Amino acid sequence: MKLESRIPSGPLAQKWDRHRFESKLVNPANKRKFDVIVVGSGLAGASAAASLGELGYQVKCFCFQDSPRRAHSIAAQGGINAAKNYQNDGDSVQRLFYDTIKGGDFRAREANVYRLAQVSANIIDQCVAQGVPFAREYGGLLANRSFGGTQVSRTFYARGQTGQQLLLGAYQALARQIAAGSVKMYPRTEMLELVVVEGQAKGIVTRNLVTGEILSHAADAVVLATGGYGNVFFLSTNAKGCNVTALWRAYRRGAAFANPCYTQIHPTCIPVSGDHQSKLTLMSESLRNDGRVWVPKKKGDTRAPRDIPEEERDYYLERKYPSYGNLAPRDISSRAAKEACDAGRGVGSSGLGVYLDFADSIQRLGEDKIRERYGNLFDMYEKITGENAYRTPMRIYPAVHYAMGGLWVDYNLMSNLPGLFVLGEANFSDHGANRLGASALMQGLADGYFVLPYTIGHYFASTRQLKPATSHPEFKKAEEEARSRLARLLSGKGKRTVLSLHRELGKLLWEKCGMARSEAGLKEALRIIPGLREEFWQNHLVPGNNESFNQALEYAGRVADFMEFAELLCADALHRNESCGGHFRVEYQTEDGEARRDDENFSYVAAWEYQGEGRAPLLHKEPLTFEELKLATRSYK
Amino acid sequence: MNLTLKVWRQKDAKDPGRFETYPAANILPDMSFLEMLDVVNERLIEEGREPIACDSDCREGICGTCSLVIDGRPHGGHHGTTVCQLHMRHFQDGQTITIEPWRARAFPILRDLVCDRTALDRIIQAGGFVSVNTGGAPDGNALPVSKTDADLSMDAAACIGCGACVAACKNASAMLFVSAKVSHLGLLPQGQPERERRVLNMVKTMDEAGFGNCTVLGSCEAVCPKEVSLSFIARMNRDYGWAILRGNPRRQTGAGGAG
Repeated sequence: MKLESRIPSGPLAQKWDRHRFESKLVNPANKRKFDVIVVGSGLAGASAAASLGELGYQVKCFCFQDSPRRAHSIAAQGGINAAKNYQNDGDSVQRLFYDTIKGGDFRAREANVYRLAQVSANIIDQCVAQGVPFAREYGGLLANRSFGGTQVSRTFYARGQTGQQLLLGAYQALARQIAAGSVKMYPRTEMLELVVVEGQAKGIVTRNLVTGEILSHAADAVVLATGGYGNVFFLSTNAKGCNVTALWRAYRRGAAFANPCYTQIHPTCIPVSGDHQSKLTLMSESLRNDGRVWVPKKKGDTRAPRDIPEEERDYYLERKYPSYGNLAPRDISSRAAKEACDAGRGVGSSGLGVYLDFADSIQRLGEDKIRERYGNLFDMYEKITGENAYRTPMRIYPAVHYAMGGLWVDYNLMSNLPGLFVLGEANFSDHGANRLGASALMQGLADGYFVLPYTIGHYFASTRQLKPATSHPEFKKAEEEARSRLARLLSGKGKRTVLSLHRELGKLLWEKCGMARSEAGLKEALRIIPGLREEFWQNHLVPGNNESFNQALEYAGRVADFMEFAELLCADALHRNESCGGHFRVEYQTEDGEARRDDENFSYVAAWEYQGEGRAPLLHKEPLTFEELKLATRSYK
Repeated sequence: MNLTLKVWRQKDAKDPGRFETYPAANILPDMSFLEMLDVVNERLIEEGREPIACDSDCREGICGTCSLVIDGRPHGGHHGTTVCQLHMRHFQDGQTITIEPWRARAFPILRDLVCDRTALDRIIQAGGFVSVNTGGAPDGNALPVSKTDADLSMDAAACIGCGACVAACKNASAMLFVSAKVSHLGLLPQGQPERERRVLNMVKTMDEAGFGNCTVLGSCEAVCPKEVSLSFIARMNRDYGWAILRGNPRRQTGAGGAG
């Protein structure tokens, strides 16, 4: 396998312009001759499907939800970054680029990130034109707020529902193309296999989740926009349906998986309440604009928060990181919370929680202002915990939230398999080892609206296209594999439910491959996972049949893939003998507990190639070169 | 807590369906309603029985997937709350809880508590958008929008498309859903050029999909988890009336023009 990043030559600021000019075009009348499959209908998938449909390509879009509007992008709360500099506070494309590279702990590609910063402004314009009701000032102009890891206000938002509004914008654009006939939508349909013919991605095999029908779809390109793999940890802020299946199936067909160990643990989530817990709920990072994070100075202090006097509180983020304070980046804030709880200063009945306190802001701005900014988040908090956060501080704790790793892609967002494009959270490209808040929405929409529509045309125009029909032996082979896998899942009449096996896997990963990782822990996880996988196949219990609406079967297929993927995740974490961003190895830290990077040995993208069942994957390295920025130790002090 | 569940079971769209009773033992007050159902389903699977099919995804009240009628009330009847955000602390030990799917002609049942809501997607496809292609949009601040309008538009745009309004309405009308989208776009300058054709086309598609008429009973507003206001229906009726009075917008012809 050869990893060619295809980064255009020339000065950083001109690469994208030059690349667009040098890219070949498909004549408008010829576009309808190309079929494109888009899997996933979140921000990246919906924006790509809509934009490609507008251009005239024949698009098929697939989602497992009952409607494309329900993809998990909808749950993003806080906002979307863009280098508009509307606030006149020193923002620029260069600064957004710099903040993103630094926030990612210098483990992302400069050229990709610079392009992301460049198109960020177009995204806001596009969304406004679609009728996204962004927050506005009284003068009628767009409002901004700040997010972690930045010192400017460049985050655009729609109350605490920015993801919802951006997704509805993309969904509506998609709906318009569905009505126009350029996009055919397949809801409640899951991708089970990628079909590769003579090295090119040429289609997928799907299962209709209502009828169980297995069907092949052929196309000239396959676009995966299927989100992240956070649910491998069982408990995460992801929706219940989020899964790694599409990515994992592509990996098993030869697509390289890059940096799987870069997982983001979000610092502000509602703490776990018990073993019954099915998911974790995020409280937007934007709350840290007006909330102050603290724990009692004294160990095991069980007084009510309002009874703890000011001088006995430790506002640890403000203390440790005075220049960014409560807006320190996510990885740093999460680790600081863990540190406080490990030291016995955590709050709540489990001791796994810290306070996020709005008392100061409420006093300064009034309760109404806080309600206007975050009302829905405070309501959500109350529904889940039964507590009123206007009166008493929120209790929060870190939780798995986002996957920076994903399938490897080149500058064109194409994987090492020609014709397989990967967008949004599903690819690895822009966030390095840690994503900054409000950048996921930006990347998803940048990929779908403004990058793929250019690069896919170049692929069509510059590569000889095979046009295999779904009767081709490779399709038949993939269908057969999908069928036999389903049969194997359904034959499970053991003693353990899939949920209990998934929970066990998640617990193991959270302990051994979560916020702090060690060589010994990872090795132990790698020893246990194959046994657990064996247990899954020997002793799982799946009721029902394939020919009906069978949620237990869907779930079993996803967990089976998590069981395999978990091993790759731990192997990647074990091989990376450094700490960077969301990947924190306890062996590699400074004296004051900060992450210690090893640029000499690990300044590369780790891309793993599948070698067959039971065989260790092969590591390929794409070196990261920094032409514009100097590698520096990240400091938010 | 120990509860008794009366759950609607239906194999597929053709099956007439029936209620079945299940015990839900040792339920904790901190569990969400769906976590309680997870526990019941785990036990059913362990007993070799088929679990209760039920839609849910984000479990934080925003995706609009969950869709249960609990004791006759969509989403369980707690103000501004979806089923996934409803917690067991609101129920009492020993209680019998009846769980049904959304019931409406336009929402055929697929299995047990799962129904097909694609009719709502078809209504959006009929005009619930602004016709702008990607690229070429003017600067975001080129067109100021008054904060009042933007906020009101956002109130309407908050709709999560769950369909509880339809399930609550004795006419199974989708007016609250449709009016939310018509108002969201109609309140913004970007939505003006297509305002009339949008409302005409969306209402036409709504009628064709088999939703009932609105008799302004307000049960939709009462159960809406995002508290979308009934006043948006009045706003839509005004837009609709105005569009009818002005006559059908002229059909766009595709080609032509000088040069």
